[in-house]
Amino acid sequence: MSAITTPRVRRGTVRTGITLSRRAGMVFVLPALALFSIFIAYPLLTALSYSFFDWTGIVRGGFVGVENYVTLFTRLPYRDDLPNAFVHNLLLFVGAMVFQNTIGLGLATLLHRIGRFKRFFQTMYTLPYLVSPLVIGYLWSLMLSPLFGPVNAVLRGIGLGELAQPWLGNPQTAIWVVVVVTAWQWIGFPVLLYGAALGGIPQEIDEAASIDGASAWQRFRAITLPMLLPAIGTVSVLTFIGAMEAFPIPYALGGSQGNPAGATDVMSLLFYRTAFESGSSNAIGTSSAIATLLFLFIFGISMLITWFMRRTERKLF
Amino acid sequence: MTATITPDTSTDDSTDRGGTAPSRRAGRRATVGGVASSTFLWLYAAISIAPLLLMLSNSLRTTQDMAKQPLGLPLPPNFTSYGKAWITASFDTYFFNSIFVTVASVLLSTAVSLLAAYAFARTRSKLFTTLEGVFLSGLMLPVYLAILPLFFMLDAAGMISNLWGLILVYGALGIPFSTFVLASFFRQLPIELDEAARLDGAGPFTTFWRVHLPLVRPAIATVIVFRFVPVWNDFFYPLILIRDQSSYTLPVGITRFFGEYQTDWATLFAGLTLATIPLVVLFLLATKQIVSGLTAGMSK
Repeated sequence: MSAITTPRVRRGTVRTGITLSRRAGMVFVLPALALFSIFIAYPLLTALSYSFFDWTGIVRGGFVGVENYVTLFTRLPYRDDLPNAFVHNLLLFVGAMVFQNTIGLGLATLLHRIGRFKRFFQTMYTLPYLVSPLVIGYLWSLMLSPLFGPVNAVLRGIGLGELAQPWLGNPQTAIWVVVVVTAWQWIGFPVLLYGAALGGIPQEIDEAASIDGASAWQRFRAITLPMLLPAIGTVSVLTFIGAMEAFPIPYALGGSQGNPAGATDVMSLLFYRTAFESGSSNAIGTSSAIATLLFLFIFGISMLITWFMRRTERKLF
Repeated sequence: MTATITPDTSTDDSTDRGGTAPSRRAGRRATVGGVASSTFLWLYAAISIAPLLLMLSNSLRTTQDMAKQPLGLPLPPNFTSYGKAWITASFDTYFFNSIFVTVASVLLSTAVSLLAAYAFARTRSKLFTTLEGVFLSGLMLPVYLAILPLFFMLDAAGMISNLWGLILVYGALGIPFSTFVLASFFRQLPIELDEAARLDGAGPFTTFWRVHLPLVRPAIATVIVFRFVPVWNDFFYPLILIRDQSSYTLPVGITRFFGEYQTDWATLFAGLTLATIPLVVLFLLATKQIVSGLTAGMSK
């Protein structure tokens, strides 16, 4: 969405002396500012500071510098769980990106051309995106159930019975179920966003290129794709954030332990488990260190993708 | 990717020749392509919607029926599992908690965001630009990672398991998106409106209330409808902030319910359907607002 748009104050619009005074402006902003400060800004800043202290239950001990971070990388189970969960988050990102920029982009391009049923198809593709990810996760866990699951029943029905298996019980397949279900749920968003971006491309350019003898593929490559770059950038950043924050779908498919055997574990589950289920006396210190690392990673990489997309755009035009 | 950019000779031919042949050829190709593309569109529509239809259909069948026949139509439809989910599994409590939390928090975030967005659109000082930037950063930051301090804060205030605590949190979480959409709408309103109102003796608040508010109604609709979805669906905050079962919202209720009713498939499907119905209804009634919310960043 708005992730990469900085506030654009249109200078020159507000030129007269009719603007709000600073004081009146403050009165208008105050309720939102209070709510934002208390429930977002303050907890966020505090959370980062938690990771530098030693904790005993909910009592804060002394300042320990980066010791909690050292724990994460040297002590079990964190030493094993952290890279395991992190790789799964990356798989979620890559899986969703591949799905969105092939099937998603294809659907958006086709939808852009047809007139009839456009709304209908948009609705069909967007519905899973709006349904609660937790409901989606549980729904798929029922559908993939080894005994009565409709998915295995369909496979047996079309003669692919040997493919039928306990999808979520097998550590080899479980993570791919999470990746595919997540990508399947998210596809409506790129379809809509790419659709809106395609609608914004002036048709004259395409027509002119067509008259000059450019093939459909050439036109897509040289006109449509570059004009879609801002949309692709927005979708990439949001997909990245979503993949790193993944929680309800893995929770519904593998529980808070990331069953089977940590095969569906992700960073948010690790954080949740460490903070609320580990029973370790320094649960707050360790989990805050996980949160801080994740926070910096999400923020840093989102910035990097944004910067990279802006640079590519500048080179193109 | 680059390897495939070979000039499409058939297109070149058809543009050179003229006459009837190329148009016939183009027509035929369009039909083949047309069939392929509409097959693709319909096929994916089926992939997209089939699991949801299956959820609905299985919620109307009995568990025994599903065990015998994993795929089957609900004939005749059986509504008993809805009754069971609604009453026995406390879905009535979860459902009304969810409605209350969602409506109250969306109203709260929309109200405070309207005021703030108006100030952002009608002030020039650097202070407000900075504040707006801070609010917007909430769209990109993983703010849920701040759950521990939030938990302690609400605990100290005695507001764990309190729906109002959840409402305040969601109200704050809605501010970044709502101010973003509303401020861009307020900016589109001409400053002459303010001048006219000022000349007629209206103060800043009257100008906001009587002149601007009625004009940004479409944006308000977008913000309300669009914020409804993530709040209704959210699972993370109530999982941690709500400990008392009578205060569960639907998503947390569902996790508990899945633990208790593991083998009662019909009731599980009915519960999932109940949690989904309000969203589907909302989407069908307000497709326009949802679509414009999803694509809000594109309009710049």
